[in-house]
Amino acid sequence: MNNKIGNVWVFIEQEGGKIADVSLELVCKGRELAQQLGVKTEALLLGNGVEKCVDTLYSYGCDTVYLIEDERLEPFTVLPYAKVIMDMIKTHHPNILLFGATMKGRELAPRVASEKLAGLTADCTDLQIDDFEDKVNKKSYTDKLMQIRPAFGGNIIATIVNTWDDPQMVTVREGVMKMDAPDPARKGELVRVKAELSDTDTVIKVIERVRQDKEVDLKGAQIIVAGGYGVGSKENFKLIRDLAEALGGEVGASRAAVDAGWISHDYQIGQTGVTVRPRLYICAGISGSIQHRAGMTESKKIIAINTDPDAPIFSVAHYAIVGDLNDVIPKMIKAFKAKA
Amino acid sequence: MSQTVLVFVKQVPDTQNITGDAMTPAGTVNRAALPAIFNPEDLNALELALQLKDRYGVKVVVGTMGPPAAAEVLRSSLFRGADECILLTDRAFAGADTLATSYALSCCAKKVGKVDLILCGRQAIDGDTAQVGPQIAEKLHIPQIAYVEEVINLDSDKIRARRAIEGGYEILEAPLPCLLTVIEGNDPRPMAALKIMKYKKAKTPGEVAKNAASPEEAEKICAELKAKGLLIAEWSADYVDAAKDRIGLAGSPTKVKNIQNVILTASEAKSVEPTDEGINNLMHELIADHTLG
Repeated sequence: MNNKIGNVWVFIEQEGGKIADVSLELVCKGRELAQQLGVKTEALLLGNGVEKCVDTLYSYGCDTVYLIEDERLEPFTVLPYAKVIMDMIKTHHPNILLFGATMKGRELAPRVASEKLAGLTADCTDLQIDDFEDKVNKKSYTDKLMQIRPAFGGNIIATIVNTWDDPQMVTVREGVMKMDAPDPARKGELVRVKAELSDTDTVIKVIERVRQDKEVDLKGAQIIVAGGYGVGSKENFKLIRDLAEALGGEVGASRAAVDAGWISHDYQIGQTGVTVRPRLYICAGISGSIQHRAGMTESKKIIAINTDPDAPIFSVAHYAIVGDLNDVIPKMIKAFKAKA
Repeated sequence: MSQTVLVFVKQVPDTQNITGDAMTPAGTVNRAALPAIFNPEDLNALELALQLKDRYGVKVVVGTMGPPAAAEVLRSSLFRGADECILLTDRAFAGADTLATSYALSCCAKKVGKVDLILCGRQAIDGDTAQVGPQIAEKLHIPQIAYVEEVINLDSDKIRARRAIEGGYEILEAPLPCLLTVIEGNDPRPMAALKIMKYKKAKTPGEVAKNAASPEEAEKICAELKAKGLLIAEWSADYVDAAKDRIGLAGSPTKVKNIQNVILTASEAKSVEPTDEGINNLMHELIADHTLG
């Protein structure tokens, strides 16, 4: 039995050589966990022609970058990625493996966990190191990863521990871990690894691939004006845009507004959209389902505008305006323009 | 050509429409007050399977793991056009996390025999993990296509499907057998009146036994239902050859350390009148504390 615990690994998600924000957020969180455990923070970077990402990963705190380049790893498909990661786990025995809870991360991580017979917790919103006493099986564990996530539609927060084989695997929601400032002076070690892939790993063929970058980056926005079903129509969403523009903010939306076809999914805030934490969040015509609130309650100031005084959104708002958004928003624009 | 499509579905508490009635005075959710529903994305998966039945004449088998009451979603599947249903139920499955669940369902799939395609909803609204589909695929050593919106073509040995990716879509081709996880992308068909007439009497052996006077009578009723194609199969852990240490709590590596109810904080919102004066004061306050400007 080897008592030395393994390192903290972060799966680095990239698209066309651009690292996903969530991966850098996880490098920062991973570094914090690794320091507590006295181990290294290491990155798994898969793709083809992605070596230029390595310095960025050092600057955010990676001690080691495992670089696995192969033309069969571009574009992303799940089977070869799972094979490479599984081989890496078998060779190096990491203690913790973090994935972003993105579309790629959420299809890749379970495939790996299933083969490794490791536990996997989805969509974590916080990670901590602590001891765990399994009272049912009368076993105690030290320095385990506390995997904290909302469950049951966001109505409960569960702390979950993996008690089987390492690595302790989780996917983590985008935008919930803080990204520290990079330090370009930091250096790490580059380890190149050859991908061992067979024909069975490449049976899925990409016939066509169409994608474009998101229209908007809500995660970094400081001021957001979000509209919901109460806005009433696609045309009326102009009011939301007008207020956002006047205040120098971005536009957001609830799922109901997206489902109604008034605005694209890129703008959706909440459990199935983006998690935001702006300086100011103004929501109009959003009743505030728990799924929506999950994506915005950490905003510094929340102004809610709704005609229904009992709307759940008011329970998380700092300022409550019970009124018609068609009346209130123009007044806000006018008042702001007059003061500013 | 007769291909078999196996759809895995789940009965879940309706966490999406939590009304005031479902909240306790303490502000937490009263689970007992939530109705049990057909997991929404599993309905999309079933619809996709039924479209394949319409287009290619595949046989649609629906399976679910759950308590005896989960037979409800199976009847609902028959009402929509499924050909056969399986209830995988056993106390030994209780307490399963996603790894143990996917193992149990993979055993069920093996027991069904030759399956060309397995469909699952992307995720269930009670856990939102999206893990069980890919884990079943891995356990069966078959490829997976996640987030499928539409099947473009199904051949005897391969499938072509359109699936969502971040910021766009892909058309992927995979050999059969293959597993797809399905997202909202179709309108699940309503239950058909004629099928409701036909299948409303469909029951599992467990349901029959509950209402029968004696085991002998239950056996007789089951035989009659079976002859009419109205007996919903009920499979146990032993029946699907599931290893005891891989199912239920024993087969679950993840343990819940604690659960905290999310309590709606009492409203401390500052009320702002929707008048010129009220809004002027609000904007002034936000500018003064540098939130705006």
